[in-house]
Amino acid sequence: MAFPHRHLLGMADLSPQDITQILDLADTFLEISTRPIKKVPTLRGRTVINLFLEPSTRTRTSFEIAAKRLSADTINLSGSTASTVKGETLLDTARNLQAMAPDVVVLRHSASGAAHLIAAHIDAAVINAGDGMHEHPTQALLDLATIRRHKGDMARLRVGICGDIAHSRVARSDLIGLTLMGAEVHLVAPRTMMPPGIETLCRPPGRVHLHDALDEVLPLVDVMMMLRLQSERQSAGLFPNLREYSRTFGLGPARAARLRPDAIIMHPGPLHRGVEIDPAVADGPRSVILEQVTYGVAVRMALLYLLGGGTVEA
Amino acid sequence: MNDEIRQSEGSVPPPLLIRGGRVIDPAAGLDGCADVLLAGGRVVAVSPHISDGQVPPGARLVRASGLVVCPGFIDLHVHLREPGHEYKEDIASGTRAAAAGGFTTVCCMPNTTPPNDCRAVTELVLRRAAEVGVVRVRPIGAISQGLRGEALAEMAELKEAGVVAFSDDGRPVMNAELMRRAMEYARMLGLPLVQHAEDLSLSAGGVMNEGPAATRAGLRGQPACAESVMVLRDLELCALTGARYHVAHISTAASVRAVREAKRAGLPVSCEVTPHHLTLTDAACCSYDTATKVAPPLRSEADVAALKEGLADGTIDCFATDHAPHAPQDKQVEFDRAAFGMIGLETALPLLLRLVEERVISLPDMIARLTSRPATLFGLPGGSLRPGSPADVTVLDLQRVWTVDGTTIRSKSRNTPFVGWQVRGRAVLTVCRGEVVHDEMGPLPTAPPAPR
Ligand SMILES: [Zn+2]
Repeated sequence: MAFPHRHLLGMADLSPQDITQILDLADTFLEISTRPIKKVPTLRGRTVINLFLEPSTRTRTSFEIAAKRLSADTINLSGSTASTVKGETLLDTARNLQAMAPDVVVLRHSASGAAHLIAAHIDAAVINAGDGMHEHPTQALLDLATIRRHKGDMARLRVGICGDIAHSRVARSDLIGLTLMGAEVHLVAPRTMMPPGIETLCRPPGRVHLHDALDEVLPLVDVMMMLRLQSERQSAGLFPNLREYSRTFGLGPARAARLRPDAIIMHPGPLHRGVEIDPAVADGPRSVILEQVTYGVAVRMALLYLLGGGTVEA
Repeated sequence: MNDEIRQSEGSVPPPLLIRGGRVIDPAAGLDGCADVLLAGGRVVAVSPHISDGQVPPGARLVRASGLVVCPGFIDLHVHLREPGHEYKEDIASGTRAAAAGGFTTVCCMPNTTPPNDCRAVTELVLRRAAEVGVVRVRPIGAISQGLRGEALAEMAELKEAGVVAFSDDGRPVMNAELMRRAMEYARMLGLPLVQHAEDLSLSAGGVMNEGPAATRAGLRGQPACAESVMVLRDLELCALTGARYHVAHISTAASVRAVREAKRAGLPVSCEVTPHHLTLTDAACCSYDTATKVAPPLRSEADVAALKEGLADGTIDCFATDHAPHAPQDKQVEFDRAAFGMIGLETALPLLLRLVEERVISLPDMIARLTSRPATLFGLPGGSLRPGSPADVTVLDLQRVWTVDGTTIRSKSRNTPFVGWQVRGRAVLTVCRGEVVHDEMGPLPTAPPAPR
């Protein structure tokens, strides 16, 4: 089955079949990652450019390892080396990249829609590695892969997502992906960080519930995902201070004990220990946070493979 | 001053006989087949039949049967970008775009560089308009010095120099005390005060309308109440001062409600709406097409419905384009970084005709809101075809189907989301001061035709 997309700009473009195809392939690549020699020649001679115009060590490293394990030539351009900082526009950067004829461009950018802008102007496949507050589809896919491994079929699974939903591209992509796969999503946030109309991202409609109390969600869910709280939201006046936020919306041991016994705990990272998640919970037995990281490489290998010119064998 | 210079220097255009069109002149309550004779820069006669004997020698003939003949359109809100931003637009290109859209008068906003906050800039704009403008240009003066919202501009001198209203458009007057004093001055001078109503503390950082579409796109939203909070504050100040208060580009249901109630209470308030706020919703921004980034932002479906209601019941006085040209380098960037604004002069007519098609308003109502209503609000000449009125006339082909095409736009800028749209209705002839300034009818024969 051929993958029917040229780019991966957002979960909103994918069907459940597309997602299953990516996750199945990711499971295959996960196996490769456990071999002593973790490299396959699939993308030999292909060029992958990691254009990271917003700081991110984790996602960039994950993409870089994924590309290298597929034997692609990888070039990393980050915010400090890319010329956007010298006043060149994103479009100029895109055109310059185009002139070097890469096969895949992986873009991380602080502006929503940046990946769409680039995709409209270059021939290479574009993978959105996070654009502003819009989407972070590879994170959602690795979350889905991790959840599927632990919970199997995602239909009717209940997933809680707690934190700054308003500014979170992860929350948006997860919400779309999870509901597409049949899960029921419970979003928890202070009213100041719950964006209006977030329920309209849910496909089909009706599989999302909004809450402003974490405690009412804990006993319900099979998966509890905590989102990083950025301190700058405090200066924006969206919450009084970190201490109070942590007491009200943080996941500490007492709250974690109210989760169902088989519930797993996730976090897209980087952790803000002691704010949205207590270290004892993050490192506890129910945490699958490091598995998410491992799946990150496998999912990105799958995507590079599907979009990077490798055709999928029948 | 503009007109005087023009009249004394220009050669007198030949008389014009516009024969057999459907003449719609809302100010005169006229809608019917008639001939219109223009001579000496004035409307000389409008009558069911003007006999050959009445036509002065050398007159040109416009065969208008099947076409609509109406007063030249008046736009209370355009950005001509001169002085200072001529790479986006200048008075020559902006007035050519106006003529192509059927407009014969445009009022230009003061947010130029330098801003039009003193006599010298007003005079410069009027002089450039006289030199290169193809339609009438009426400047709007700044409310505050440098548009900084701190101290009053020289409003009395601006009036002497020829401004027709005051506005800090693009920047709202946030300081209520300054707004109060500006209203008192405007009242004294007898000119309207035009507010770009936006509470900056509520809209800060927003690049589109707050709501489900913004949430889906991951773009920062401005809540609709950022507009109505300002409108409501200003209406209190309007009641206090008695100044004529005009809401620019009204865009939300709550603002329309506030203006409706204020009008009922007898306040001297008016408002305008743009074609784009009536045509598109915030869903258009989800494509990240930066042409859809405007201030105020495109709003929700419910807001658009409320705007149409406001038009139907007369709460909304007139149309204005908020023609806001931007160069590619201002727009071909990330949505967050793109400049606010879209051009509108050349697409206004077909977009507004959709309202007639949808039966929101009648054709004469639509034309009134482009002619007599704006003329009355800002005290401008024109807006009517009554004998003695300025010879500003637009001839419309309501059936003409055309495609908005980036290559044929007269404006220097191309920032419109309507490129590629197939639309219906076009100005085929625009006459300003008796002179043909836009013509898609081919060479005009002499009238009356020589006897065979
Ligand atoms: Zn404005």
